[in-house]
Parts: sequence; structure tokens; C-alpha cells
Amino acid sequence: MTRAIGKIREINRKYSQPRIHLSRTVKSSLLMLRLYLIFLVLLLLYKLVTTLIR
Amino acid sequence: MGPGLYYYYRRFRKQLAILAAVIGPGIIVMVADNDAGGITTYSVTGAQFLYSFVWVEILLGPVAFVCQEMTVRLGAITKRGHAEAIFDAFGPFWGWFSLMDLTLTDVLTIVTEFIGMTAAMQIFGVPPLLTEIAVILLIMAMVIQGRYWTWEKIVLIFCVVNLIYVPAAFLVNPHWPTVFQQGVIPGFPFGLNSTVFFFLMANVGTTIAPWMIFFQQSAIVDKGLKERDIKYSRIDTAIGSVFTILVAAFLVIIVATLLPGSNIQDAATASIRVMGINKYVGTIMAIGLFDAGLLGAVCISLTSSWAFGEVFGWAHSLNSKVTQAPWFYAFRLLVLVIAAIIVLIPGAPLVEITLFVQVIAVTLLPAALSFLLILLNEEEVVGKHKNSLLQNILGVVIVVAIIILSTLYAISTLFPGLFG
Repeated sequence: MTRAIGKIREINRKYSQPRIHLSRTVKSSLLMLRLYLIFLVLLLLYKLVTTLIR
Repeated sequence: MGPGLYYYYRRFRKQLAILAAVIGPGIIVMVADNDAGGITTYSVTGAQFLYSFVWVEILLGPVAFVCQEMTVRLGAITKRGHAEAIFDAFGPFWGWFSLMDLTLTDVLTIVTEFIGMTAAMQIFGVPPLLTEIAVILLIMAMVIQGRYWTWEKIVLIFCVVNLIYVPAAFLVNPHWPTVFQQGVIPGFPFGLNSTVFFFLMANVGTTIAPWMIFFQQSAIVDKGLKERDIKYSRIDTAIGSVFTILVAAFLVIIVATLLPGSNIQDAATASIRVMGINKYVGTIMAIGLFDAGLLGAVCISLTSSWAFGEVFGWAHSLNSKVTQAPWFYAFRLLVLVIAAIIVLIPGAPLVEITLFVQVIAVTLLPAALSFLLILLNEEEVVGKHKNSLLQNILGVVIVVAIIILSTLYAISTLFPGLFG
């Protein structure tokens, strides 16, 4: 477990800086993707809660 | 005096030999796209809307080609799989999200492959447990030699078997003028109501799946294809997209001819019903369903293992023997075993899983496709092979359309009746 956490930390360190140039278009695309993801997660949570209530 | 005819003949033969060596990942990914879930979608579509969706299947071939061709360039130039490319370009958040979502989607999709394979083999009286054990042993035996080429040749044979639907369509003697009139000319003879729209979304949903992007890029890297092989890899992908169209279109034609208007829910039921009308075609359909599930399981289980191997730095090549890449093969076996066990659990919510997999896939698809487009526009990543204006226009239009249709499909799966 400790080794696995250590490996994950190592991966996070290795890729901590995005290698590509984050232009305005790329940044806005990533923001849109995050919002899209939040929307889908909320939708799934809503479905889960309503199913459990029923 | 210019070069003679013999020179051109020699050059053509040489190019053909290179093409024969490069061919593989494109055909495999495109044919495996017609997995057990896809076969079910085409069967139900054919039964409900007869030949009217054939043009949709034809149109979706080029759509899949545009997306997959981008993975060819990215893989051949960067020599990295898509998972590693995402970590490298966009950082740990998007990297972990993609890796975890891909693995979850893959496990759930393999569950649907096992559902298809066990249902197909039950038609021939083979119990599900036996089918699952045999399939897992076969999949693992294919890589025991530790040679990518051996694995690829075997999978290409499975791909040829997947084309079994083409001769089967000629056995059912459809009225070809009607097929061309209703199927090839674009239109919606049943109107564009919510049911038609749902099936349109389902067919688009089966055409591009997140695993395909990760799979082809990793396969190109594992095969060792280089920048100079890109043009041959494009041909490979184009041939694959023709195969995927053939399978989808001819299966729709078979079911539309033999079971028009039938209320079937899955491909296995369609095979059984067809057996009652034409024993040989029904048997071919059952074999095709098993083969589709097998192809899906072979490719999808590899996708997650390649992705984990790239990120965690394990040896992750099919050119490695089991002892040389133990984590890579153990992870693949684990994914297959988990999926197989889920199918065997009594009362497991398999229908819900089949529906849920679409929703989970949709959480990853927009990100995977957007990352592909962004990376193909970075000159420092792909150099002179970056997207041209036309490729960008085509790419953006297709990606946006796929995202919208897939999202609507996921929402309508979560909330049936929302769109009427």
C-alpha cells in the first residue's frame, strides 16, 4: 500500500507541469470539460438519490 | 527514358508488402467496434426501422475514420499511448480521471461482451461458466508466446469471421431494389420522432467509444509503427471503417428482411427467432454475436492494461512474455475475471449495467476526443503532422456532434421518457 501511494505520488510529481502550451482556447476547452463533467456527475447523483428514495 | 513498367510493378509490390506489414490496428479497432453491444443495437434497429438506418451506418464509417486517424498520427509520432499523452500534456487531474474512467468503462463494457458471448453459446447448449472459462483461457493463451505479431494475426482471423454477416445477407434474399431505395437514400420514412432519435443516438454511441481511441494509439506504439508508416496506417484504418460499415449495414438488412417489426430486445433473441425461419442464417448470427463479444473482450481488456502500464511504468508490450511483464498480464486477467464474475452473479443487474455503461462512457468520450484534437494542434507534439484547417473543421464538427448525441443518449438512458 505504501509502495502504491509512493508510486502515485511519483506519477503526480512527474506530470505536475502540463507539457503543452495552455493557450486561451485550450484553457477554455478544459474549463468546458470540467463543467460538463460536473453536470454529468450531478445528473448521476440526482438519479441515484431519486432511485434510492423510491 | 523514364522508368519502365517493371519499375512501377516493383514499386507497387514493395508498397503492398509494407501495407501488409503495417495493416492490423486499424482493422482490429474498427471491427471490434462492432462488439456484442453494437450487434444488439444493429439487430434491434433493423427489426424496428427495417432498412431505413442503413445510410446512417454507412455515414458513421467515415465519422469513425476521422477520429481514429488522429490516433494514428499521435501514436506514430509521440510513441506514447493516449493515457500517457494525457498525463504528459494536461497534468495529473485529467490523467487520473481518464485512466480511472477508462478502466471502469472497460470493465463494464467487457461485462456486456460476456453477456453477448454466453447468450450466443447458450443457443448451442454451452453453459455460461464454461464459455467464460474457455474465453479467458483463449484470450490469455493468445499472448503466451510474447509476440505482438502472433496476437495480431489471430485477432485478424476473428475480424474476418465478423464479416460472416455479409454472405448471410445474400442467403436471406432481400429485395435489393427496396434495400437501396429505403436504405441508401438518406431519409426518415418513419418520421423523426423521439424513438427514431433515440436509435440514431444509440447507433452513434456504438460507433465511437473511448476505448477505441486509447486502443489504437497504444497498438500503434506496441507494434512499433513509425512516422513513415502513417500513410499505410491510414489505409489500414480506412479498410477497417469499410469493414465496420459492411457488418453494421448487412446485419440491419438481415434482421429487417427476416424479422420486420419484431419486438426483439437483444441479438441472441434475434438469432433464435431467425433460426426458426432460416436455420443457417440464425446459426451464423449466433456465431457472429459470439465473435463480436470475443473481439470486444480481447481488445478492451488490452486497452486498460496498456494504459496502466504506460502510466505506472510497467513493461506493457505484447512482445513481452508473461514473466517479463507480469503486472501488465495480471491486470488484464483481473479485468477479465472481474467482468466474468459479475455476469455469473445470480440476479446481477445486467440490464442496468448494459445501460449504465453508455452513461459512464459518455463521461470520458468528450474529454478523450477533445484531448485528441488539442494534441493534434500542437506543433511541438506532432510536428508537421498537425491538423490542417480542413481536418480541424471536420474534427470539430464530428466531435461536437458526437458529444451532443452521446450526451443526449446518456440522459435519455438515465431518464427514459424525458424526450417524449
